[in-house]
Amino acid sequence: MTAHTFKPDLPAPTTSIGALGWIRANLLSSWFNAALTLLGLYLLWLIVPPLLQWAIFQADWTGTTRQDCTREGACWVFIQSRFAQFMYGFYPPELRWRVDLAAVLAIAGAAPLFIKAMPHKVRYGIGYLLVYPLVAYWLLHGGFLGLETVPSTRWGGLMLTIVIAAVGIAGALPLGIMLALGRRSDMPAIRVICVTFIEFWRGVPLITVLFMSSVMLPLFLPVEMNLDKLLRAMVMVVFFEAAYVAEVVRGGLQAIPKGQYEAAAAMGLGYWRSMVLVILPQALKLVIPGLVNTFIALFKDTSLVIIIGLFDFLNSIKRATTDPAWLGMSTEGYVFAALVYWIFCFGMSRYSMHLERKLDTGHKH
Amino acid sequence: MRTTLDATPARGSLLSDPRARAWLFQIIAVAAVVGIGWYLFHNTQTNLANRGITSGFGFLDNAAGFGISQHLIDYSESDSYGRVFWIGLLNTLLVSVLGIVLATILGFILGVARLSSNWLIRQLATIYIETFRNIPPLLQIFFFYFAVLAPLPGPRDSLSLADMFFVNNRGLQMPAPLAAPGMWPFLVAIAVAVLAVVIFAVWAKGLRHATGKRLPVFWVSLAILLVVPGLTVMIVGAPFDWEIPELRRFNIRGGWVVIPELVSIVLALSIYTAAFIGETVRAGIQSVSHGQTEAASSLGLSGGQTLRLVIIPQALRVIIPPLTSQYLNLAKNSSLAAAIGYPDMVSLFAGTVLNQTGQAIETMAITMSVYLAISISISLLMNWYNKRIALIER
Repeated sequence: MTAHTFKPDLPAPTTSIGALGWIRANLLSSWFNAALTLLGLYLLWLIVPPLLQWAIFQADWTGTTRQDCTREGACWVFIQSRFAQFMYGFYPPELRWRVDLAAVLAIAGAAPLFIKAMPHKVRYGIGYLLVYPLVAYWLLHGGFLGLETVPSTRWGGLMLTIVIAAVGIAGALPLGIMLALGRRSDMPAIRVICVTFIEFWRGVPLITVLFMSSVMLPLFLPVEMNLDKLLRAMVMVVFFEAAYVAEVVRGGLQAIPKGQYEAAAAMGLGYWRSMVLVILPQALKLVIPGLVNTFIALFKDTSLVIIIGLFDFLNSIKRATTDPAWLGMSTEGYVFAALVYWIFCFGMSRYSMHLERKLDTGHKH
Repeated sequence: MRTTLDATPARGSLLSDPRARAWLFQIIAVAAVVGIGWYLFHNTQTNLANRGITSGFGFLDNAAGFGISQHLIDYSESDSYGRVFWIGLLNTLLVSVLGIVLATILGFILGVARLSSNWLIRQLATIYIETFRNIPPLLQIFFFYFAVLAPLPGPRDSLSLADMFFVNNRGLQMPAPLAAPGMWPFLVAIAVAVLAVVIFAVWAKGLRHATGKRLPVFWVSLAILLVVPGLTVMIVGAPFDWEIPELRRFNIRGGWVVIPELVSIVLALSIYTAAFIGETVRAGIQSVSHGQTEAASSLGLSGGQTLRLVIIPQALRVIIPPLTSQYLNLAKNSSLAAAIGYPDMVSLFAGTVLNQTGQAIETMAITMSVYLAISISISLLMNWYNKRIALIER
């Protein structure tokens, strides 16, 4: 009698593995799904080819004037010829190196913070946050130490957008944290003040706040105190965003179990030490996604300064599209603007995801 | 021998007593707030006196004297600033309501599409969301207004649909309903039908709870809603005459006009907010654990029933709070309308009226209170709804 031998397994049906299997499972699993796939393909066919034609294949890329745009598609010449204005606004051309230098310093100064092995990171970070704003102010505004003054009325373009966003973030984060702590304080008067502040700023649109900065602040302040338009806008942006930061941070504070507060107190830490050493590090880590979302919102909100006549990135593009020499270029202008804003915001959201993964210690509260 | 433990610690300075310190901090804080408030008030008084502005709300009765491109209630240039306020408020509410409705519909479709088992649909929804939520809403408004709607042909070369709807650079013109003799009976018939449907639904629910018998509520309701008004129209005649826009030499006259500003704001805000609502809806549906779906199918519920009776009620609890804040954002973002001159609260009141009257404090206070009131009403409404659908725990 011969020993029974099993035949080798048959391979899985070709319709359930490989590319074919994937297509069946993910695109054609039912009639409804197949219809959806067709609908999706139809949408793609409707959007993608014309878009590519317009933006790339039929577009004009080289030239200097409107007359160089002879083809059907987009006229990127417009963006090229106005590029410097979109970046720097009316900043004097011969002084634009100062803006570039400030940007390079910002990146170079922050770079060590992203190196894992760097010692004394916290101290360096605090030092950077204290020193860099002064350097940036000196470079951008000047007026002392041998640099010519460039008044903020000449600032503009992407540079102004980034300045407002950076000041907004740098100001709103600490103020927001203080407000969040105040809102959870045991002292009723402090709590009432913080809640009123937060709810007021969260209840009104930023536009009305900016309007207020241009029409009401001059009434509120003494005549001789003539605040710069940009400064007023920045103060308003900081207050406005601080209220949102405060609510995000409050969420984090509430998520920290009471045991942590009690443990900190049992260690003999006072209020500030227990907050700075125990509670806030944990709470802030929890709310990184929310904070970054707030900062992304802030970056997008900077575009509203158009209302009070500042020439930020969006406004310089809007102005350029009304230039008689370049009429009919609004689509190109706004698409370019959208691309730039998108890169910044999408970059921030991806970085926050990365940070969240990196700081995840595995224990969820 | 007994030793006594002294319970009262040695008394240090008053400053190291937490309660005394708390009092001190609060007094300082209140004093600072009052001080700043007084300082601002004082400056304002002096500045107003210097500029010769009398404060007060008397200006609201003065004639406005400017035209408004869109008013939902009758308005002429001789009407008062008070009426301008109502027009601005209604225009703001119009944008907010239209935007909220459209954004909710689109957002729920996106949220479900993000979880579709169909790879292509999932990717398309992701691309949509990642694209539109990372572009400032103001930029989107500008894009629709300046790049899409402005280059449309003038009234003479309007794109027309069946010679009733016209699209041109002045906006969208469409037939307007005018009251006809049959209007009131028609409206009454609708009210009666709705009332009948509600009563029937309540009765059917009671019957189901009492006996377990199911009635085809949906189909019966639909029939009532169609038949009662339909019969009324057949008996008393058409409820509306339609005023159809017609092409004149330079312009299109008659009918309803939807101005391009309104179209671009509503489109941009709903497209922008829908991206956020989509993410909210996705997170809500994902928060319902898979065990719920399995439990539902082991009870013999069909796919649709599982979604309707098990998944959605639980997902809504997670969705409602962030959805509320999206609605609030949309209502506040409707003020972006000012940037393209749509006559909303901000551009009419904080813009034109303020410029004409110089009453900065009053107009800004009114404008801000309106937004605060809108924000508070939306949160109250949504909180009420949230409470109604919240999990009832023992």
